[in-house]
Amino acid sequence: MLVAKPGLDGHDVGAKVIVHALRDAGMEVIYTGLHQTVEQIVAAALQEDVDVIGLSILSGAHLPITEKLMEKLREQKMEDVLVVVGGNIPKRDFAKLKSMGVSEIFPTSSRFENIAEFIRKKVVQ
Amino acid sequence: MTEKKEAPPKKESKSKPVILESGIEVKPVYGPDDVKDIDYQKDIGNPGEFPFTRGIHPLMYRSRPYTMRQYAGFGTPAETNERFKYLISQGQNALNVAFSLHSQMGIDSDDALAEGEVGRVGMAVDTLRDFEVAFDGIPIDKISASLTINGSAAIMIAMYLAMAEKRGVKLGEVRGNAQNDILKEYVGRGTWIFPVEPSLRLIADTIEYCSKFAPKYYPVSVCGYHIRESGANPVQEIGYGFCIARAYIRLVMERGLHPDDFVGRFSFNFDIHGNIFEQVSKFRAARRLWARIIRDEFGCKNPDSMQLKMIAGGGGGGLTIEEPENNIVRGAYYGLISALSGTQTMALCSYDEAFTIPSKKAALISLRTMQMLIDEMGLGDTVDPMAGSYYVEWLTSEFERRITEFIKKVDGEGGMVKLVANGTVQRDVSRQAYLLEKKLQSGEFVKVGVNKYRQEGPAEEHEVEMHEYDPKAARIKKDELRKLKSERDGKAVRTALDKLREAARGKENLMPFIMEAVKTYATVAEMTNAMKEVFGTFKEPVNL
Repeated sequence: MLVAKPGLDGHDVGAKVIVHALRDAGMEVIYTGLHQTVEQIVAAALQEDVDVIGLSILSGAHLPITEKLMEKLREQKMEDVLVVVGGNIPKRDFAKLKSMGVSEIFPTSSRFENIAEFIRKKVVQ
Repeated sequence: MTEKKEAPPKKESKSKPVILESGIEVKPVYGPDDVKDIDYQKDIGNPGEFPFTRGIHPLMYRSRPYTMRQYAGFGTPAETNERFKYLISQGQNALNVAFSLHSQMGIDSDDALAEGEVGRVGMAVDTLRDFEVAFDGIPIDKISASLTINGSAAIMIAMYLAMAEKRGVKLGEVRGNAQNDILKEYVGRGTWIFPVEPSLRLIADTIEYCSKFAPKYYPVSVCGYHIRESGANPVQEIGYGFCIARAYIRLVMERGLHPDDFVGRFSFNFDIHGNIFEQVSKFRAARRLWARIIRDEFGCKNPDSMQLKMIAGGGGGGLTIEEPENNIVRGAYYGLISALSGTQTMALCSYDEAFTIPSKKAALISLRTMQMLIDEMGLGDTVDPMAGSYYVEWLTSEFERRITEFIKKVDGEGGMVKLVANGTVQRDVSRQAYLLEKKLQSGEFVKVGVNKYRQEGPAEEHEVEMHEYDPKAARIKKDELRKLKSERDGKAVRTALDKLREAARGKENLMPFIMEAVKTYATVAEMTNAMKEVFGTFKEPVNL
C-alpha cells in the first residue's frame, strides 16, 4: 500500500499514524512524504506495484485532488488499484468521492481495525 | 453534619494510578512535605523577578491584559482585511495572519501547483501590494500583527516591514512578530522549502537584521505547539522548543552578536489541551527554566532576555469532530488555562476547526471566551493565582526537572539540528502520535463524546456552519498578478532578483536584498526561486 500526501497540505500526523498502524496490522506500507504531485504519486504506485493508494488530505482540497488522481490512474490503465481517502472529509462529500471511484473514505478518528479490515478484504477480492 | 455509614475508603494502593500524559504520577493528596525543598526567592520569585515562575511582569494582567489574537485570513487580501476589521470592531486587539498554503510554500497564485489552494486556508499573498491591501485602514501602530509564516518568512517579514515603512512608520518603530521557526516546520506543519542549512541561515539573517534595524520586531516565535500537535507530550513540547531556541541563539552568536542583543525579542508559541494542572505547571516551569538557561548557559545579564514571552492557547489537537459544540466548552477551559498560566497573548482554536477554517460566528465565540475570562470572571484580578498550591508548585518543579533531563537527552544524541535533519525527531514524535491514537481507540485515554459516552447513529451527523471555499479568489488573484506584472518596473525587478541570487551564493545577510526586491514588487515565487537556484530544496527524510 502507498500512503500519499498530495498537494501542499503539511498535516502529516494522520498519514504517519496510519503507516504505523497498517504496518502493525501486517501490511507492507510505503509513505511518500509531503508535497507530492498527483503525477509523482501515480509514478510511485506504478513503480512499487501497490494494490492500494491511500490519500491523506486535511486542507479541504480533497475533491479536485482526488478527481485528478482517478483521471491519471485511468490514463495509466491502473483502474484496478484500490483508492481510499482519509483526513478532514465532510460527510456531504463522501458520495462525490465514491462517484469518482474511491472505494472508501476514512475521516479523522476512523478506527485502525476498520481501515485494516476493509483494505484486507478488498485486496483479497 | 451527620456521619454517613459507608464502607471504609479504599486503600491508596488499591486505587488506579493516575499518570499524566507527560508520564508523571499524581498522588491523591499533596501537602507541605511535597514542597519543602522549594525556596520561594530562588525557585519561584515575585512576579516580574527572576526566575519569573509567576510571570514576567510585576502586575501582569492588572497592568498588561493578555492580548487576543485569533488566527484569521482567507481568500484575497481584501477579504482578509474585512475579517480583520470585523474582529477589531468586536474588541480583538492584535492580529494573527493566516497565509494560503501556496504563499507559505513560496508559490504564486498563478502557478499550477497552487490550483485549488488559492485563499483556501489563509490569505493569498504574491507581492507587497497584498500587504498594503490586507492592512489598509488598520492602525498598525496600535494593533500588532503576527505573521504565521515559516518557509517563506524572510520574504513576508520584509513585506510587512516595507508596507509599514510606506505607511510612514520608521523601521525602528515597527512592532509585530513572525513565526519564522523552520526547525519545528520540519517536524510538524510541513511548509518547508529549502534544505536545513540555508533555512537556518535565513532564520539567523532575519534575527540579526531585526536586532540591528527593527529592534521592536519579534522575528521568531519558537513553536513547541506544532511538535505537540504532531504527537509530543507536554514535557517534550517545552523541551524540543527550548532546544530549537538554543540552536537559533547559537547560530546568531556565531555572527558575533551577544544573546542580550537579540534574545529579548524571541517569543514562544505553546499548545494547550489535556489536563488543566499539567498545563498550568508546564508554563510556570517553562518560564523558570528558560530564565535559568538564558542566564546560566548564555551568560545574559538583561532580565528582558530571560523573560519567556509567549502565545498560549490553540488546542486544535484537543478538539473533536464528534459533537463539535463540545469544543466550545473545551476552548473555554483552554482559555482559562492560558490565563492561569500568565500568557502574554492568547488565541483559541474555534469549535468548527476540526472541520474547516473558522466561520465568522465561531471566531467570535472564541474571542468572546477570552473577553469573558478577563472582563467577567476575574482572571485578570491577581497575578498567578495558582501559586502556593501544594500540587501545582510540586508539579511545576517536577516539570522543570523532566524538561531539563529531556534537553540533556536531545543534546546527548547530537542536538536538535542534527536530529531534525536526519528525521529522528519526526520518527519519534510520529511513533508517539500512533501510540496515543491507540490509547484513544482503546479508551485508555478518555475523550468525552468520542470514546466515552459516544452517541452512535444519526447524532453523528453534525451540523456545523461551514466556511465555504470560494474559487473566485483564485481568479481575482491571478488577474491582479497579471496586471501588477505589466505595470511594475520589470528591469528593477530583474536587477533586484539578480542581486538576491548573487548574495545567496555568498555569506552576506540576505534581508537587505529581500527588502529591495520586495519594494520592486517582485513576487514571492520570484524571490523564492532565486534562492532555490542556489539553495536547492529540502529532501524529506522519510524513515518512519
